[in-house]
Amino acid sequence: MTTPDHLKYTETHEWVKRETDGTVSVGISSYAQEMLGDIVFVENPAVGRKVVKGEECGVIESVKAAADLYAPVSGEIVAANDELRDAPEKLNHDPYAAWMFRIKPSDPGELDGLLDAAAYRNVVEKDKK
Amino acid sequence: MSNLKTTPLHAAHCASGARMIDFAGWEMPLHYGSQLDEHHSVRRAAGMFDVSHMLAIDLRGGGARDFLRYLLANDVAKLVTPGGALYSCMLNESGGVLDDLIVYFLGEDRFRLVVNAGTAERDLAWIDAWRAQIAGTLEIRARRDLAIIAVQGPAARERFWRARAILRGATEPLASFRAVEIDTVLVARTGYTGEDGFEVMLPAAAALDLWHGLIAAGVAPAGLGARDTLRLEAGMNLYGQDMDEDATPMECGLAWTVDLASGRDFVGRRALSARPARRQLGVVLLDRGVMRSHQAVRTAAGEGTITSGGFAPTLNRSIGLARVPAAVNEGAIVAIDVRGKWLHARTASPPFVRKGKVLIAV
Repeated sequence: MTTPDHLKYTETHEWVKRETDGTVSVGISSYAQEMLGDIVFVENPAVGRKVVKGEECGVIESVKAAADLYAPVSGEIVAANDELRDAPEKLNHDPYAAWMFRIKPSDPGELDGLLDAAAYRNVVEKDKK
Repeated sequence: MSNLKTTPLHAAHCASGARMIDFAGWEMPLHYGSQLDEHHSVRRAAGMFDVSHMLAIDLRGGGARDFLRYLLANDVAKLVTPGGALYSCMLNESGGVLDDLIVYFLGEDRFRLVVNAGTAERDLAWIDAWRAQIAGTLEIRARRDLAIIAVQGPAARERFWRARAILRGATEPLASFRAVEIDTVLVARTGYTGEDGFEVMLPAAAALDLWHGLIAAGVAPAGLGARDTLRLEAGMNLYGQDMDEDATPMECGLAWTVDLASGRDFVGRRALSARPARRQLGVVLLDRGVMRSHQAVRTAAGEGTITSGGFAPTLNRSIGLARVPAAVNEGAIVAIDVRGKWLHARTASPPFVRKGKVLIAV
């Protein structure tokens, strides 16, 4: 399990990456994909949808279970990774390359409230117990 | 997970990096890395499962056959020659399914039942209570000293013989649902995947050596996750999901396992004369998504429930087993409540996949 230092994380196991154009990419952590097992179906939020931080905005189904996806920050969905529709296994094979959707944050200050890698590792350690 | 029971292969699973889960009080492997890969290994070549959590129960003594003819819904009289195996339900007096099992006819006055892990203790108590009432001299022995390994897939038998050449002569002639005892080992041509293969019952102390021998022969360890998707594709019921005490075998797609023709009486028989209000059907999801057990089914004839649902790796779509009103037909379009969205599905007659072949239109 890896937790790259240059990313931010949520307690619900999403990773968040600030892009140069001011948007943020969102995916799921390596720990999340490990816990889910083989992922077989992804439902991303529609482009153009406005979401509030913490809002349910997608679904990941694995062979084992379904998991909700939560918006890490408020804003507008500006892109969704359609490749995952036919190749959901990319979330297992390379979770930090397989971004799911991008948000244009409405309140960039919310980004400061996300977990850094060290804090997220603590969340995972607690989750394992 | 320290309170959980473990099988003789537990250390081997952990050493292979298996993700272990609590299954009916046993710490068992869910998968060894990829459930999908394990599923495909069994469909395309050979995989193996540690099913030592299941319990073998030996019955011995005069009257063993008559006792089982009364206790089981299928008729043990069908087992004419030693080595015969039969799938059956064991019912309560209301016709509800207490468990499903395989009964092996080992020799005169000797039978073996293999029952589910989650119901084993209840089964033992039930069998012993009936023994006390109607077959006092019968000897009943729970074989916790045995391990069970299921080797399954089109190449399973060949690879088993590669690992145990000495057993080839005795096991090669076995037809489906036949078994042979070789000293302390019982090899049966049975399984729970829809593929060819053997289920091997052997002394616990010998299990690890066979497990390693099978790995060396090219058999992939597979966990309970793959076991579940394989059996679902094969249209096989899982006790506690697709059948339970509140449904009769007629409502669970198991009428074919109930023998009413012989005229004998058996526990639960009287409750089976009523026309069932519900039936089991397979369902194939037409929309994108994954069906899961307990989801609601809406049909033209009323409401039903998904009893088992999941992703079928061979079909690359979601399938399930459903308990629906008896008036629902095969081929009907129904709606499934998948996490708050009503998705479309078509009913079908299971199995969905057998011997590597897709049997339904998708």
